[in-house]
Amino acid sequence: MTTDRLSGAVLVVFALLVIFESRHYPLGTFRLPGPAFVPILLASLLLIFGILLLFTSGRAPRLSSISWSEWRHAAAILAASVFAVFATERLGYRLTVLLMLGFLIKVVERRGWMQTVGLAFGLAFGSFYLFYTLLRVPLPEGPFGF
Amino acid sequence: MVETLHNLYIGFAVALSPNVLLYAFVGCVIGTLVGVLPGVGPLAGISLLLPASFGLDATSAIVLLAGIYYGAMYGGSTTSILMRIPGEAASVMTCIDGYEMTRKGRAGAALAVAAVGSYVAGTVSVVALMLLAPPLASFALRFGPPEYFALLLLGLLMLAYMSGGSILKSLAMATLGLLLGMIGIDPMTGFFRFSYGLMELGDGIGVVPVAVGLFGLSEILLTAGQPTPPEVKKPRLRELLPTREEWRASLWPIGRGTVLGFLIGIIPGSAHIISSFVSYAVERRLSKHPERFGQGAIEGVAGPESANNSATSGAFVPMLALGVPSGPIPAVMIAAMMVHGISPGPLLIAQQPELFWGFIASMYVGNVVLLILNLPLVGIFVNVLKVPYPLLYPSILIFCVLGVYAVNGSIVDVGIMTVMGALGYVLRKFDFETAPVVLGLILAPMMEMSFRQSLSMSSGSYHIFVNRPIALVMLVVGLALLVLSLAPWLMKTLDWRQRFGLASGQEK
Repeated sequence: MTTDRLSGAVLVVFALLVIFESRHYPLGTFRLPGPAFVPILLASLLLIFGILLLFTSGRAPRLSSISWSEWRHAAAILAASVFAVFATERLGYRLTVLLMLGFLIKVVERRGWMQTVGLAFGLAFGSFYLFYTLLRVPLPEGPFGF
Repeated sequence: MVETLHNLYIGFAVALSPNVLLYAFVGCVIGTLVGVLPGVGPLAGISLLLPASFGLDATSAIVLLAGIYYGAMYGGSTTSILMRIPGEAASVMTCIDGYEMTRKGRAGAALAVAAVGSYVAGTVSVVALMLLAPPLASFALRFGPPEYFALLLLGLLMLAYMSGGSILKSLAMATLGLLLGMIGIDPMTGFFRFSYGLMELGDGIGVVPVAVGLFGLSEILLTAGQPTPPEVKKPRLRELLPTREEWRASLWPIGRGTVLGFLIGIIPGSAHIISSFVSYAVERRLSKHPERFGQGAIEGVAGPESANNSATSGAFVPMLALGVPSGPIPAVMIAAMMVHGISPGPLLIAQQPELFWGFIASMYVGNVVLLILNLPLVGIFVNVLKVPYPLLYPSILIFCVLGVYAVNGSIVDVGIMTVMGALGYVLRKFDFETAPVVLGLILAPMMEMSFRQSLSMSSGSYHIFVNRPIALVMLVVGLALLVLSLAPWLMKTLDWRQRFGLASGQEK
C-alpha cells in the first residue's frame, strides 16, 4: 500500500460522503443552480482527483516508509487542545491554561516543578493580564472567578 | 505622477504620526519575533494579534498587522542562517547556503546580506505596489461577477501550477478547501448547509482557526517530538560586514529576487514561499558555478530573502486593488479591515486615501525599522531561541488557542483549529500541501456567489463567461495553465518545476 493510494481512497470516501449529505438541499437545475449544486460539483471533482490518485500512485512512497516517531508528543498536544475545547468556558481561561501547561511541561516533557509552576503561572496570568486587562479581549473567567 | 507624490506626502503625514509610527514599530518587533520562533509563522502571528487590533483605528490596525507580516519575513532568515531551522516556511531555501556560511564563519555576512536584500526588495516593491495598485483598481471597476469568477478560478489554477509538489494533490487540496467553504448559510437561498445544528457554523468555517490549525498547530505536532535543535551561534557585531566580493555577488540576485518576488506575489497562492523557491532555482541556474550552491553561496541567501520580502508587497496588490486575497495572510488582513468597516476593493483607494497611502508610507518606514532591528539587534532576537523547545512549544500552543478563541469568542473555533491541526499533521506526513486548502476556503464563498450571480444575470446561460472579453482571457489563461500542468504528468516529461528541482512526490 502506498501513501497516495490510501490518500486517494480517503478522498473518494469523503467525496461520496459529501454527495450523500447534499441530498438534504435542493440541487436546482443546470441553468439555475440550487444550494447543493456547487457542493456536488466540487465533490465530483474531488472524486475524480481521488480516483486519479488511486490509480497513478505506483511511484509514491510506501506507507511503512513514513516515520511516526513523534506520535506520542503529537497525541499529547492534541489531547491538550481537546481539553482546551471542553474546559476553557467551564473552568475559565487561567485555570485551563495552568492545567494544560502543567500536563505538557511536567507530564509530557518531564521538566522540574520550578520550571513547570513558573511557566504555567507566568503564562496563564501574564497572557490573561495582557489580553484581557490591557488589550480588552474578552476571555472566560470560569466559576471560581479565576 | 505628481498626484502620486502628493498622495504619498499625505501618506507620510499619516505614517509618521506618533501613533501609527508606534504601531509600525510594535508590528515589526512582534513580526521579527514571530519569524525567529520556529512553529509560529506570520499567519499565526497575525491571527493572534487580530483581536488586539480591534480596539485600534483602521490605519493603526492594518499598519500593525502588515508590520508583523513583513517583520516575519525578515526574522525568518535569522534561524535559517544560524541554526538551519526555518523560522517560517519562506526561509527554507535560506537554510541551505545560509547555514553553510555560518559553518564557515560567515554568519554575520549572511545575516547582513539577507537584511539589506530584504530592505532593498521591500522598498522597491512598495514603489511598485504604489504605482500598480491605483491603475489596477481603476481597471477592476469594470469587473462584474463573471470576471471575478474567472479571476478566482485562475488564482486557484495558478496556485496548483506554481506549487512545488504534485499538481494532482494541490488541485485535490484546493477542492477540499472549496468544499470546506461551502459550510454555512447559502448566500443566495438562506439554506444552512452542512452545519449539523451548530449555530457557530452558520457563518461558515473561519479562516483563522483553519489557518492556525493547518500551519501553526500541525507544525508543533510535527516538531515537538523531534531531537533538540543544534546550539545557536551568535555573531558579533563587527562580523556583520560582508566583503566587497560578497556584496558584488549579491547585487544581481537581490535585483532579480525583487522583481521575481513581486510578480509572484501578485499571483494567488503562498507567494512568499514559492518566490523564494523559484528565486533560489533561478540563481542556481544562472550561476557560472552552480556547484557552489549548497556549499555556502551568498547568492543562495540574497536571492530568496529578497524575493520573499518583495512577494509580501506584491501580495498586497490584489488585496488592496481588487479586494481579492492572494493567500491566507491577506485574507486575515481583509477580515481585520472589514471589522473596521472598510471593504478592500477598487473603491478603497478613492474612498479611503488616508488609509491606503498611510499604509504604503508605513511600509517604507517599516523597512527602515526592520533594517535597524535586524542587524545590530540580531543577538537579542537570537536569545529567544535559547529557550528550550520543550518549554517553547507549550507556550506557542497556548497562544494559538488564545488567538483563535479571541477572534470570535467561540470555543467551536478552537475545536476546528484542533481538527485542522490533526488534519494538517497527517496531510504533511503524506506529502500534501496545506496552503491550497486555506486558499480554497477563502475563495469558496466569493467564487460560488459570483458563479451563481453570473448565471442569474444571463438567465442561466453559461455563455456569459465567454462573451465578456476580460473573463474569457482569464479563463483561457487558466485553461492553458491546466493543460501545461497536466501535460508533463500525462506525457511523462519534465516540467519547469522539476527542471528547477522544486517538485517532490511521485511526479519525479
